[in-house]
Amino acid sequence: MKGIFRLAFKLLVNDKAKFSALIVGITFAVFLMVQMTSLFAGILDHSSSTVLNVGATMWVMDPSVQTVANSIGMPDYVLDAVRSIPGVKFAAPLYSGVALLKLPDGAWQAATVIGLDDSTLFGRPELIRGKIQDIYAENAFIAVYDSEFKKLGNPQIGSELQINDHRARIVGIAKVNVSSLFGLPTLYTTYYRALQYIPNPRFTISYVLVEPKTPRDIPAIKKAVAKIGYRAVTKSEFIGMISAFYKYQTGIGTNILIMTVISFLVGLSISGQTFYTFIIENLEKFGALKAIGATNNELVAMILFQAAFTSLTGYGLGIGLCTLLVTLAKVRLPSYASMITYFNLAVAFVMVLFIAGFSSYVGVRRVLRIEPFDIFRS
Amino acid sequence: MSGIAIKATSVVKSFGEGSAKVMALKGLEFEARFGEMVYIVGPSGSGKTTFLSVLSGILRPDSGTVLVEGADIWSMPANALAAFRLNKIGFVFQDYHLFPRLTTIENTAIPLILRRRDWDQSLREALGYLDIVGLKERAQLPPVKLSGGEQQRVAISRAIVGQPDFLVFDEPTASLDGETGRSIVRFVKEKVLNDRRCIIVVTHDSRIYEFASRILTMEDGKLTGTMPVPA
Repeated sequence: MKGIFRLAFKLLVNDKAKFSALIVGITFAVFLMVQMTSLFAGILDHSSSTVLNVGATMWVMDPSVQTVANSIGMPDYVLDAVRSIPGVKFAAPLYSGVALLKLPDGAWQAATVIGLDDSTLFGRPELIRGKIQDIYAENAFIAVYDSEFKKLGNPQIGSELQINDHRARIVGIAKVNVSSLFGLPTLYTTYYRALQYIPNPRFTISYVLVEPKTPRDIPAIKKAVAKIGYRAVTKSEFIGMISAFYKYQTGIGTNILIMTVISFLVGLSISGQTFYTFIIENLEKFGALKAIGATNNELVAMILFQAAFTSLTGYGLGIGLCTLLVTLAKVRLPSYASMITYFNLAVAFVMVLFIAGFSSYVGVRRVLRIEPFDIFRS
Repeated sequence: MSGIAIKATSVVKSFGEGSAKVMALKGLEFEARFGEMVYIVGPSGSGKTTFLSVLSGILRPDSGTVLVEGADIWSMPANALAAFRLNKIGFVFQDYHLFPRLTTIENTAIPLILRRRDWDQSLREALGYLDIVGLKERAQLPPVKLSGGEQQRVAISRAIVGQPDFLVFDEPTASLDGETGRSIVRFVKEKVLNDRRCIIVVTHDSRIYEFASRILTMEDGKLTGTMPVPA
């Protein structure tokens, strides 16, 4: 079969105009599909940044909470109640809110403020400059060095800014795994300092972070928390909740899905039509091969090879183009939320296989129907 | 070898159904021997090409048998028949049907490639046959760069590269001027025909009748007789 595939390859690539049209069609279809799904994956990843960065095994929250950014304050007794549940190794409060900062140059900038449990600092970030114990110093805040860091005016240790007319001093620079979705810089401080600096409603605990004694204790903890009218979820469940919110309740998921389907249809129509034209133009030649002695199986193998080669080449180029553009975009816009995941690649691959299958199908049908006698009769 | 190469008995073929049914072949009897170049001539629509297709195993008759070297080709399964055509029959189509995206040498090598021969070896053998037809120097050109006569010679080299026992030519000179057509057929008679090979030519070009071993006339789906070969 090697020679037959080589024959098919030459027939395909030597028709430069059609081959180029096929490759361009599939490349752009793959590019658009991967771009769309990667953008969505990036949005979902960034939307769960606080959950990922804090890293607690379980999160206790008000049952109405849908995303980590929109917490609903809980009374202090919830913390005590959770700590008293058998199976809880330890529990710590977490404050999460947004504050308006006044920078040294007089500009205003919103920022996410995370208040860590004063006694344990559970969920603290990894510092790249400064010492964690300095967080207990007067007016101390730790700035997160991520893509939004420069919005704080590139502060150094010792830099000062204002939060609600309170002086705040940067005592450390930290790094986190994932930046936030909404382009806000992040500051860490202690739980009680966060309450002092930021105006708050009656209930102040955003989340209770829980470490179970063993993974087997998780179901019992969930039940016990539910009994007091709150909800306990694992980290992955919380990320799933946030993803579901953005997928199904914001329209982002639907729009991305529509764009992905449109990209797929564009690729399908361009590639299918071009490949079909390619087959039609070579139909007599396939008929001649059939007359000479090629079997239907060999002709089908040739067409499948041509479709597979075109599709996989277009797939590779599409992925490459998408990677290049995402990389370039991230150089210019560090917070650009796009992430090429294996799942995205698999989705695009399945769609490309479908395009290849469809294109081959229409071609194979015509080639199988042609009779060698038609070649004589022509 | 001068035995019977091909024998057709009571071959009937029709197209269409009901009132639109057309009887293309009406019980044909035919025999050709190795070493012969048999012409089938007749007006358009007489059934020449249909008969050639039935003889060469690409159009199934309604009834009748076709024995090629004693084997009933229409009792063979489809894949076996395809393999039979590949190994035993060489085709030269009226419009040549060369692949414009392949080089001349690649076009010539197609039957060998279909026989799963090594690519490079196939090209080497094809070059030898291009040499026979006088086109060795043009081996790397695409067919569109060749003249009509040259393309016809490429088609012939493709037909003979697999050393088939039978060659079928469908209107081999239809697209050629008189002198080129005659030179091509003369070449076939002198260089391609031998006593181990049988060639059947369908034509209505009287300018090449002189090269035939026998000329059979066909009309209205029947072989009506023979005509003398011009000196």
